[in-house]
Amino acid sequence: MQGHSTYVPQSSFAKWLEARLPVISFMHASFVSYPTPKNLNYFWTFGGILSVMLISQIITGIVLAMHYTPHVDHAFASVEHIMRDVNFGWLIRYLHMNGAHMFFLAVYIHIFRGMYYGSYKAPREVLWILGVMIFLLMMATAFMGYVLPWGQMSLWGAVVITNLFSAIPYVGETIVTFLWGGYAVENPTLNRFFSLHYLMPFMIFGVVILHVWALHVVGQNNPTGVDVKNLKKDTVPFTPYATVKDAFAMVCFVAFMSYFVFFQPNQLGHADNYIMADALKTPAHIVPEWYFLPFYAILRSIPDKLGGVMAMGAAVIILAFLPWLDTSKVRSANYRPAFRIFFWVFVAVTIVLGWVGSQDTAAPVIKLGDNVVMTMVGFGQILTIYYFAHFLIILPLLGLFERTEATPGSIAESVLGGGHAMPSMAAASPETKG
Amino acid sequence: MSSTAQTGETRRDFLYIATGTVGAVGVASVVWPFVQQLAPDAGTRAAGAPIEIDLSQIQEGQSITLKWRGAPIFVRHRTAKEIEEARADDGKSMPDPKKDAERVGVFGGKAQEQWIVVQGSCTHLGCVPVKNSGDYNGWYCPCHGSHYDSAGRIRKGPAPKNLVLPEFTFLTATSVRITAMRSAA
Repeated sequence: MQGHSTYVPQSSFAKWLEARLPVISFMHASFVSYPTPKNLNYFWTFGGILSVMLISQIITGIVLAMHYTPHVDHAFASVEHIMRDVNFGWLIRYLHMNGAHMFFLAVYIHIFRGMYYGSYKAPREVLWILGVMIFLLMMATAFMGYVLPWGQMSLWGAVVITNLFSAIPYVGETIVTFLWGGYAVENPTLNRFFSLHYLMPFMIFGVVILHVWALHVVGQNNPTGVDVKNLKKDTVPFTPYATVKDAFAMVCFVAFMSYFVFFQPNQLGHADNYIMADALKTPAHIVPEWYFLPFYAILRSIPDKLGGVMAMGAAVIILAFLPWLDTSKVRSANYRPAFRIFFWVFVAVTIVLGWVGSQDTAAPVIKLGDNVVMTMVGFGQILTIYYFAHFLIILPLLGLFERTEATPGSIAESVLGGGHAMPSMAAASPETKG
Repeated sequence: MSSTAQTGETRRDFLYIATGTVGAVGVASVVWPFVQQLAPDAGTRAAGAPIEIDLSQIQEGQSITLKWRGAPIFVRHRTAKEIEEARADDGKSMPDPKKDAERVGVFGGKAQEQWIVVQGSCTHLGCVPVKNSGDYNGWYCPCHGSHYDSAGRIRKGPAPKNLVLPEFTFLTATSVRITAMRSAA
C-alpha cells in the first residue's frame, strides 16, 4: 500500500530538500495520500489516540523528572512537592498518572478491536507481534513508574513483582539481587527503576515506528476483513478523511480523560500509595493497578510459584501466537457467528478475572449454608483455564468447524449495499457509515 | 584483485580474524563491568555487616521485628505451651516438612527452643507476614494468605517454603549473631 504519494514539490526549497532527503514526500505518502479503507469505524481511531497518549506521557514525564528526586528519603516528599509547590505541578502529575490509566484503556480497546476483526491474520502477523512487544514494554514501563512515588504500594508492588523472578530455577535469586542492587528493594532499586522508566518510553516509540511501518506496508484491516481490491473504490485518502476522524476521536478521548484529571484524579489509583513506603509493614491488601488485575488473578490462581509466574507470562505471550492459533480463513467476527459469541465471552472472562484479581484470595464466591464451595482462588482457576482454552482449544477448533457467513465481495460493496458504486457517494460515505 | 584473491590466505583474512577476535574480547570485557554494576555496591555490602541481637530484652511470648539488609527479621520468645503445640504438629503434613527441633539454634550443646529466629519475608512473594495471627498461632501473610506456625513453618497457603532461617549462632544464652540471609530455595 506504500508509494501512493501524489506529492510534487512546488517551491524551490521543497525541490532542493526532496533531492537530498525525500522526507516531505515520505510524510505525504504516509499521512496524506495513504489509502485507508473507507469503511473504518471509530474503533480504528485508537491507534492515533495511543500515539497521542505516548507523546503526552513522554512530555509530562520529562517535566516531572525535572522536579522529582529518585532517592528513598526524598522521592515521596518530592512528589508532594510537585503536587503543592511546583506551578501547575498537580496538573502535570495528574495528567501523567491518569494518562497511564487512559493509555492502558486505549490499548485494551485497540487489542480487542484487533481480536474482533481478525487484524492479526496474514499478512499482518508481524504488525501484531510488534504490538504485543509494545504492550510488554508498556507493562514494564508502567510497573517501574508506579514505584517512583515511593508509597506503600510502590514498594510492595516492586517487592512482589521482582520476587517473581526468584521463581526461575537456579539463577532466580541472583537475578533478583541484580534487579535490586542490594539485599532488598531499596535505594539502588529506586534509582535504576527511575533510569529505566525514563528510557523505556523511547524504546516504545521506536517499536511504534516499526508498528506503523509494518501497518503501512500491509495496509489497514477493516470491519469486513476483506482485502482492498480497488484502491479507487475501496479506499479514501488518509487526509482529510482519517485525519479528521482520528482528531475528533482524540478530542473526545481527551475530554473523557479530563473528567478523571480534574474531577476524580485519584479514583483509579490506590489510597495506600499516599503512605510513604515502609519495608517493615505490608499493606493489608496488595493490589496492582486495574490494568494488571487479570494477569495478577492468573498468577494467584496457580498454587505453585513457578507455575503461577509462567502462567502469567504465558497469558501475555500467547497473544503473539494468535495469528497461528486462529485457524479461520475469515478475518472479521461480523461473518463468524460462533466466534462472535466466544469473543464476547472472552472479553467478559478477562473483565471478571480482573475483578477476581482485586479481591481477597480466601473470599468465598459460592456458599452453601456455612460451607464455602468456591473461594476466589477457585473461581480464578476456572477463569484462567477458560482464558487459555480460548486460545489453545476454542480458536483452533472454531476455524475448522464454524459455518461462517458470506463475506462481501469488496469494501465498496459492503458500504454501498450492492455492487454499484457511485463515485460521488463513495466520497461521502465514510462519515455516515462509520 | 584477481591474483591475490586466489592465493587463499590474504592479509585481509588475517585482519578480519584478528579484528573480530580483539573486538569480541573487548566487547565481552566491557559487558562484564556493566553487568556487575547492577550488583550490590560496597556501601550496601558494608551496611549489611553481621549484627548481634540482645535477647535478654525480649519477654516470653513477645515477638520482635528488626530490619537488617533492608529486610525484616523476626525474633520470637516462645512460651512453653507454644513449643509444646509446635512439637505436637511435627508429624502433620506440611508443604515443607521440618521438625520443630530443626528450626531452633543450639548453645552449649542444648537446643534453644524458646528462641525462633527467622527472616520476615513470606517465601511466596516476599511480603512481611503479620505476627501472632493466622490459623496456627504464628504468622499470617496478608498478601496471598499464607499461614505459618510458631516455628515459622508454612502450614497453609501458596508459600512453598518455611520462613527462612538466617545464618545465625548463639554467642551466649541471650545473644545471637546473624551473619547472612539465606534464600528460600
